[in-house]
Amino acid sequence: MTWLVFLILLLAGALAYGGGLALARRRGRDVRSHSRPGQHAAFAAIWAVIPALVVLTIGQITLPGIATGLIEAGETPAVAELEPFRRAAFYSDARRVGAGDQAQQIWPAPLAQELTATGQRIAWIGNGLNLALGALVAAVALIGALVAFTRIRPDFRARSRVEAWVAIGLFACSAIAVLTTIGIIASLVYDSWRFFQSVPITEFLFGTKWSPQIAIRADQVGSSGAFGAVPLFAGTLLIMLIAMIVAGPIGLFSAIYLSEYAGPKTRATVKPLLEILAGVPTVVYGFFAALTVGPALRVFFNTIGGWLIGGPLDGVGQYLALVQNQMALTAGAVMGIMLIPFVSSLSDDIINAVPQSLRDGSFAMGATKSETISRVLMPAALPGVAGAFLLAVSRAIGETMIVTMAAGLAANLTFNPLDTVTTVTVQIVTLLTGDQEFNSPKTLAAFGLGLTLFLVTLALNIIAQRIVSAYREQYD
Amino acid sequence: MTDAADMTPAAPVAAPSAPLRDRLAAGLKRRHARENRFRWYGRLAIIAALAFLALLMGRIVSQGYTAFYIHTAAVAVHLDPAKVDRGYPAGSNFEQMAAEQMLARWGETDDAAGTKAKALRSLFSSELKFRAAEMVTRQPGLIGETVPVTAPLSDDADLYLKGKISRDVPSDQRRLSDQQLNWLDRMQADGLVASRFNSALFLNGDSTEPELAGVLGAVVGSALMLLVTALIAIPLGVGAAIYLEEFSPRNRISELIEVNINNLAAVPSIVYGLLGLALFINWMHLPRASPLVGGLVLALMALPTLIIATRSSLKAVPPSIREAALAMGASRTQAVFGHVLPLAMPGVMTGAIISMAHALGETAPLLLIGMISFVPGVPAAIDQPAGALPSLIYIWENASERAFHERTAAAIMVLLAFMILMNAAAIILRRRFERRW
Repeated sequence: MTWLVFLILLLAGALAYGGGLALARRRGRDVRSHSRPGQHAAFAAIWAVIPALVVLTIGQITLPGIATGLIEAGETPAVAELEPFRRAAFYSDARRVGAGDQAQQIWPAPLAQELTATGQRIAWIGNGLNLALGALVAAVALIGALVAFTRIRPDFRARSRVEAWVAIGLFACSAIAVLTTIGIIASLVYDSWRFFQSVPITEFLFGTKWSPQIAIRADQVGSSGAFGAVPLFAGTLLIMLIAMIVAGPIGLFSAIYLSEYAGPKTRATVKPLLEILAGVPTVVYGFFAALTVGPALRVFFNTIGGWLIGGPLDGVGQYLALVQNQMALTAGAVMGIMLIPFVSSLSDDIINAVPQSLRDGSFAMGATKSETISRVLMPAALPGVAGAFLLAVSRAIGETMIVTMAAGLAANLTFNPLDTVTTVTVQIVTLLTGDQEFNSPKTLAAFGLGLTLFLVTLALNIIAQRIVSAYREQYD
Repeated sequence: MTDAADMTPAAPVAAPSAPLRDRLAAGLKRRHARENRFRWYGRLAIIAALAFLALLMGRIVSQGYTAFYIHTAAVAVHLDPAKVDRGYPAGSNFEQMAAEQMLARWGETDDAAGTKAKALRSLFSSELKFRAAEMVTRQPGLIGETVPVTAPLSDDADLYLKGKISRDVPSDQRRLSDQQLNWLDRMQADGLVASRFNSALFLNGDSTEPELAGVLGAVVGSALMLLVTALIAIPLGVGAAIYLEEFSPRNRISELIEVNINNLAAVPSIVYGLLGLALFINWMHLPRASPLVGGLVLALMALPTLIIATRSSLKAVPPSIREAALAMGASRTQAVFGHVLPLAMPGVMTGAIISMAHALGETAPLLLIGMISFVPGVPAAIDQPAGALPSLIYIWENASERAFHERTAAAIMVLLAFMILMNAAAIILRRRFERRW
């Protein structure tokens, strides 16, 4: 916060002084200034702020590392002998003590004194480094501003300089998008790699048992749990299939009706209503699934089961009578509702892109509207519609809240829609929302799942976008 | 066609024979029936989608409207000097006092362990204690007097009075005993119970007691988070869009950026949550569950859609504007910032508001950065743990108390109201300022 205030003050000061300087140096002289005072001011501000900002950023990134290095350089053997986990816990407690807080655990006698000493040392080093960085940033800002102030003269081409910086700034903005991707990949790959060191990647991808438990006995290292993700993939696939069975036909048929049959008035009322369905947050769908659809489906199946018990289908009846709220069908059906507007608006675009001449040709041959649609439009639009469905599939796979709230946690390897299944996203949330040490295989497993999810959805998106754009070009 | 008259009359088309005509007629009928059916498939699909929408909204309203009112009881409490702690009024057990006195007034005798008083006491919210303590702190002279204290009833009592706990259910399956229900009926008959607007829902932060829980903390948390998101995502997104649309040379790098942005827009939100956890919390050590981290994650998530929306509104400004500015001697930067961007501004703002509304409803990444734990009170700073509306909905939905269910639906209504407001603002902005060229 202090840094922000400092930078804003610096910016304002440089702007005001630079602008004033530009006006002052022009005054009384019979010259036309190349650039306007505002541009000179902006030039001064850039020179004052940007180098300081760069130094500050580098400092903020490297300081923790330097601090850790300094702290560990003065480490006593008692601390150095600790196991890595205990040692990390010791340092995080020392940091707390240094900041004036309570330690989270009670440390045995030699370590307890060590803790206070280390805490003080950490606080001292942290303050020192912060002060040093502050002085450095201030010096850089001052030098930058002075350099800029000396250059302000009527014939100085401040505008071109400023505009070059603006272009660089804009490029940096768009580079953030690439950096985000790199960040996603880097964080997922790094933590997944650590995960795959304790769990072989083949076991993760092809194992059929998922129970991410942590070793209870102390002599066990790493995980004793099973990290075979096949049941999660199967559950994700099952829920996705159910969702597509709901969303596919409804979305496609409503798109066909809206684009081919409906008048402008119907279109104008129905389309925004469908868009509302798309705008509803997923947590709301989750609530709807968990407290409305789930219980309703359970009652429905239990009643049917009640009728069948004692009859020829007694076994089925027994099963149906015990069906629970959290079945794959609940999550799948609600996810399907969520996807309807997605499928329908994409398909709508695709169908509208089919040239009118194809329709006219078909009508001229005496075909009815439905024949035109099913025999001419659909075959022509098929690649595009397939692309739209793939995008919807990728959405369904990545959807989190509905499944977290309405599907279960039991990793059953089944394709029975009335059973409880779990999905990749549910497990990511479950693994990361408990009170876990960050470095345990259990939490790292979430990154393995996340990487899988990212790669699969990315592949689906790339394929879908290729298909759709190839389809568009065909009719352009 | 003009010389049609000159043409020799065409040979008359041979009329189809009778059986063929019948077959054609029958086929035509079949085809028309199929046409009709096909049209109905479309209608049914739309009806189904709209029915789902109506069901969704209807269920939320029907489950949630009861959370907007709450039953309070006006209890006469004799502030027994022997039992009120003068030095620390908040430490006195006013609920117990009120329950014992109420039993005495009703002429009911309690056993030595005070079982009945305990059962009656549990019908009052702990708010009773706080209000009585506040009265005593403000006016110590009240001690020894009998004062009426109005406070909410407990969540279960409130549910019974709202008709959500039924007497027909066997008493071991409901949270209130027959005796407690009788007392509630008696309190109602004596005119002690009133139902009023549940202002706590809007003025309180989260609480473990449903009758005291409110959405204000989450609303403020969400607002702080959106502020961070807007401050980061809008400048960056607009800047990136301007670069890609107005400055970038057509080369591999800009192509790469474009492909990247399109793919980022489709990355599942939970992956952004993982990124936020790894990058902002584990690497940068920013405070967990803070609006700062939440806002940063949502900003990264909102960026691609914002860039795409901004680009399309920049594209809508006709090139003649740019060319005119350049012809008058403006530099590229001046043409863009002085002419193109101001004209595209309504579209840019519309896109920004819509993407902010979308970010407001996003939940999954917030769970991963720790916004899943109970945060009482109202957050005051962006670097302290806070709740957010969507995560509050998730937390309340998971709560075991039934009274939280209606409050979940009410919180959803609050969330949807904010989203509707934002979208309406975007639509008005577009209607009022958008120019068609």
